[in-house]
Amino acid sequence: MISLLERREKFRTYFSLTINECIKIGYDSLFIVSIVSIFMGAVTTIQTAFNLVGPLIPDYVISLVVRDMTLLELSPTIIAIVFAGKVGSNIAGELGTMRITEQIDALEVMGVNSSSYLVLPKIIASLLMFPILVIISATLAIGGGYLAGVLTDVITGQEYIYGLRYEFNPFNIPFALVKSYVFAFIVASISSFQGYYTSGGALEVGKSSTNAVTNSCIAILIADYVLAQVLL
Amino acid sequence: MIEIKNISKSFKDKQVLFDVSGKFEKGRTNLIIGASGTGKSVLLKCLVGLLEPDVGSVLFDGRDFSRANKKLTTEIRREIGMLFQGSALFDSKNVEENVKFPLDILTDTPEKEKLEKVNHCLELVGLNKVNQKMPSELSGGMKKRVGIARAIVNDSKYLFCDEPNSGLDPLTAIKIDDLILELTQKLNTTTIVVTHDMNSVVEIGEYIMFLHEGKKLWEGNNKKILKTNIKQLNEFVFSNKLMKKIK
Repeated sequence: MISLLERREKFRTYFSLTINECIKIGYDSLFIVSIVSIFMGAVTTIQTAFNLVGPLIPDYVISLVVRDMTLLELSPTIIAIVFAGKVGSNIAGELGTMRITEQIDALEVMGVNSSSYLVLPKIIASLLMFPILVIISATLAIGGGYLAGVLTDVITGQEYIYGLRYEFNPFNIPFALVKSYVFAFIVASISSFQGYYTSGGALEVGKSSTNAVTNSCIAILIADYVLAQVLL
Repeated sequence: MIEIKNISKSFKDKQVLFDVSGKFEKGRTNLIIGASGTGKSVLLKCLVGLLEPDVGSVLFDGRDFSRANKKLTTEIRREIGMLFQGSALFDSKNVEENVKFPLDILTDTPEKEKLEKVNHCLELVGLNKVNQKMPSELSGGMKKRVGIARAIVNDSKYLFCDEPNSGLDPLTAIKIDDLILELTQKLNTTTIVVTHDMNSVVEIGEYIMFLHEGKKLWEGNNKKILKTNIKQLNEFVFSNKLMKKIK
């Protein structure tokens, strides 16, 4: 990690690299994040309605559960796992291929700090883009829940919105954002490490990508538990 | 001039280089030759700083690279141009961006001057109208040429080539050899070529260092190499039927 901050290049070099990474990491992940989020919200609504149906429980509890589950767990954690699968494997594959085709050596021979040049923009871009993806995901998941609830007559639109507002704990939002920063750092750093230290050939690049995803997922789940224990 | 003194290098229990010394003069093509697995590439990596020798030193015009602080290491590395075995062009950049890369990173040259320099270097290596092509669209020989253009674009004082002819047909290989020789003389660089290609040895071997099992066994030039009596070198030089017939 220290080597990322040593022998850095000019600011404008990092600026343009970070913008490119933001597009690759953030914008290019929008589609999959949107699809997963909408269905995540929709399924949560239907399943909550199925499990909580009864005369003593008001319908607005459905959207209350969707809201809290989305903010506390589903959007930060499930999207982090999707993020690890899409972005993590991409980072590890890209760096691994650069390593085995001597592109990283070429940077080093030119006097460029390859770890700083290649890894730092990816970490910064992940830290910038993943929280935005989580915010978008939470919005879409709650929207998806609304659509599923209303279209299947499980809950009325009015009740759904009432449930969203009912006893809302504002701390859930900073909690979700803290989780998203931690998860973004975990995915970017683990994947970069796996890719950067690849040695061998195409087979090892594949292994690095797989390791990047599995190690990131395990680290995300451990961090998820620790953050919940510490912050809630 | 690059001078190496008593270089030894081992990986875990296996020693790859044993006390290798030599001088690589400026303005001539210096070849490091030997069979596969004799430590040529390890020696080259020690020379360019990708590996650290266990013992010994590498001197770039008197500056000790192997014991240099970070500032001097960066200073020397920015005077180095290297052609890698697989060309090592950046996949995400086109030819122009690849060649321009050292200038973008290491200098504050205005964009217009950078492009002029890129075009000049591409012209020197005999490439025209390929600026916008991606590395995946180039042939092996063209990739090597782009790699050479990138290596010289920053007015490198030291040019290193790792197996420049590997994977090329004999005609293209000769063209690449001629190009390396021509650029070395024109730009007055200290050029070190690692190869096991006998054509290169005969064509451009102004100074040749022969490595065998990690040890320097012989040094000389392309005229002397055909008359040597060293058994291992003879086996290497006259390994194919054509060379045997010539002998």
